[in-house]
Amino acid sequence: MPIQVLMPALSPTMTEGTLAKWRKSEGERIKVGDVIAEVETDKATMEIESIDDGVLGQILVPAGTEKIAVNTPIAVILGDGEKAGDARPTSNGAVKAQPPITKPAFAPARQPATGAARVQTVREALRDVMAEEMRRDPSVFLMGEEVGQYQGAYKVSQGLLEEFGPKRVIDTPITEHGFAGLGVGAAFAGLKPIVEFMTFNFAMQAIDHIINSAAKTLYMSGGQMPVPIVFRGPNGAAARVGAQHSQCFASWYAHCPGLKVIAPYTAADAKGLLRAAIRDHNPVVFLENEILYGMSFPVPDDPEHIVPIGHAKIVRAGQHVTIAAFSLMVHKALAAAEVLAKEGIEAEVIDLRTLRPLDTETLVASVKKTNHLVTCEEGWPFAGIGSEIAALMMEQAFDWLDAPMARVAGADVPMPYAANLEKLAVPQPEHIIAAAKSVLNRR
Amino acid sequence: MAASSARKPHADKSGGSKPGHAPADELIRLYRMMLLIRRFEEKAGQLYGMGRIGGFCHLYIGQEAVVVGVQAALTPKDSVITAYRDHGHMLACGMEPKGVMAELTGRSGGYSRGKGGSMHMFSREKNFYGGHGIVGASVPLGTGLAFAHQYRGDGGLCAAYMGDGAANQGQVYESFNMASLWKLPVLYVIENNRYGMGTSIERASARTDFAGRGHSFGIPGEAVDGMDLLAVRTATLSAVAAIRAGQGPRILEMMTYRYRGHSMSDPAKYRSKEEVDKVRGERDPIEGLKHRLVEQGTSDEARIKDLDGEVRALVNAAAEFAQASPEPDPAELATDILVAA
Ligand SMILES: Cc1ncc(C[n+]2csc(CCOP(=O)(O)OP(=O)(O)O)c2C)c(N)n1
Ligand SMILES: [Mg+2]
Repeated sequence: MPIQVLMPALSPTMTEGTLAKWRKSEGERIKVGDVIAEVETDKATMEIESIDDGVLGQILVPAGTEKIAVNTPIAVILGDGEKAGDARPTSNGAVKAQPPITKPAFAPARQPATGAARVQTVREALRDVMAEEMRRDPSVFLMGEEVGQYQGAYKVSQGLLEEFGPKRVIDTPITEHGFAGLGVGAAFAGLKPIVEFMTFNFAMQAIDHIINSAAKTLYMSGGQMPVPIVFRGPNGAAARVGAQHSQCFASWYAHCPGLKVIAPYTAADAKGLLRAAIRDHNPVVFLENEILYGMSFPVPDDPEHIVPIGHAKIVRAGQHVTIAAFSLMVHKALAAAEVLAKEGIEAEVIDLRTLRPLDTETLVASVKKTNHLVTCEEGWPFAGIGSEIAALMMEQAFDWLDAPMARVAGADVPMPYAANLEKLAVPQPEHIIAAAKSVLNRR
Repeated sequence: MAASSARKPHADKSGGSKPGHAPADELIRLYRMMLLIRRFEEKAGQLYGMGRIGGFCHLYIGQEAVVVGVQAALTPKDSVITAYRDHGHMLACGMEPKGVMAELTGRSGGYSRGKGGSMHMFSREKNFYGGHGIVGASVPLGTGLAFAHQYRGDGGLCAAYMGDGAANQGQVYESFNMASLWKLPVLYVIENNRYGMGTSIERASARTDFAGRGHSFGIPGEAVDGMDLLAVRTATLSAVAAIRAGQGPRILEMMTYRYRGHSMSDPAKYRSKEEVDKVRGERDPIEGLKHRLVEQGTSDEARIKDLDGEVRALVNAAAEFAQASPEPDPAELATDILVAA
């Protein structure tokens, strides 16, 4: 029976890919292990190896085709004496296409472009601003696992080793506690390290140095010793990677005096805020998001584009309810706002952008206008960012709230692996919609 | 057909059969286990490509002789712990392929009922303590399991596996110190597959002789050909004998190689295809043992073919089970967080 070769899933977040190149042509004989094609995923170019012996009977998807969904048939491999027409249709074959798991059910929000701007992914924006700051200031360097030769585990540092060399783009051993401490020591001495954590889950091994060594030293030294360092990397849930690899650390770091904590959503903010973080004289925890890396937004061409730390942004104006979110949750809040608008509810969506210091002023002003508030975060509800905002609103906006605010947060459980349970654990637009309606007493 | 285990079925005070002289039936059993791991992992790779397995999936293909050879020298009362490249360890501990595969697909029939995934699986019954996603964690945890063996005086030991990359973590040396200080019954197995993700050992380690890493703590270590099942078994038997005699921890550095990428999303640009092909062609642990079995007349091509058929059937059944088993009940989201009073 001829065998259909399907577009493979090659990463936790891949739902579609580009067929970059065919390495075999129709009629060519192939063996198990032969590379038949190259596929570009959201992270890298991967080689597809054949898992069958036979003849490449038919190429179904020509090279250069973009956005091929996972599980789409891309070629047919024939056994001896078989013809291409014998290929088993996928509809009744053993291989049935499954709906991709991580594809957002809503279109990516784009900001209207103003002035000179170009469209970039968050990944590219982060890379560009690191390069720009490294060109500008020779004391800035990047250190972390796989940041150099491998070009970044999530390809954020692509090209930096080539431009700046191994003195300034440093591949470390897998020793977070050690290299975070080393980075803090270098910052004591006046260098400006950018320490990349492959993900913030692994920064738990380094949290002692982030807090005890970086956050407290200026204070303990009576102001003598600033610690100009950036700790950055993806934070929050990726997709199907389980309890030890999907967690939001926003409230952990935001709890600590002596740190600044940033969690951007758009590429423009990622760029402008990372620039501000690198130039800041304090330790900054910069929380990125793996799912956002591949999303595109307009980014100003201005080479000095900088976004000051500590300012929230109203990303959608509305008068009925305020929805405060950060990072990927802004995306979901905007999607929720679209749905609410169809039902006559105009939500004001605030992108917090910085979590410490929190822009309470913008929040209070919005609540004074809408009199209703919903907060959104991926992290656990207990002692979360939403809890803090609730306390602040009690103190500063109590008289303007027409109803108790609502918190949308991750389920109060370790992240499950199973697809259906993970969906229940991670806050979705539907949860935000329901929360907004409940504070407005609408059904 | 039930999965067998690579471990010896009965506890044996002498430390097992004589090093280097594995009985024929044992050799066949160990060959079959390596084959089971290989076929299981190939199937897992296919299911990942089809989107049936999500997240990270780290295949053990190429390293089979390490876990099968080590487990052959252990007994059921010994405990085992490793990192996220763990499917082979679970099968070698005698865990059911069905239950492991169903965990990979996130179904209720999985060992963690779908809640753990590829990197997080456990079996109390088989004394398998995970399945840990954080690099280095298995080392102090395994040292703690050894502490419990000593505390209870149950005669067991812990085999704590780590990668070459993990071997640079500070917690490893904190563990070595305590294990040696307190003469804990722990076997540290360093699976040196030459890479931690995309970083070769030369680029991550000031010294790459991992067997010598216990030197400052007085822990003897030995480098072993991890592609040779009999060499692994022999070295482990003598290390285990010393540990059981109360001499404290031992380190075995297994020189091995992984054929596939670090995880499914690794483009593997850091090494050449020729490098991989050379190891696969010249040092493959399964081909190596097969050769030996046939040459020594322990087995013949026909018997080997039968074994392959048996193993394939087992793996296919596991894959079917893993796709047919239902997703966990939504109520499972909020269970197992604390032990009920
Ligand atoms: C503390 C920590 N840092 C980083 C990672 C990401 N990571 C997962 S596996 C891996 C490489 C580990 O290499 P090694 O210990 O040699 O094991 P191998 O994958 O070769 O089996 C890295 C960096 C992690 N899981 N935990
Ligand atoms: Mg390794």
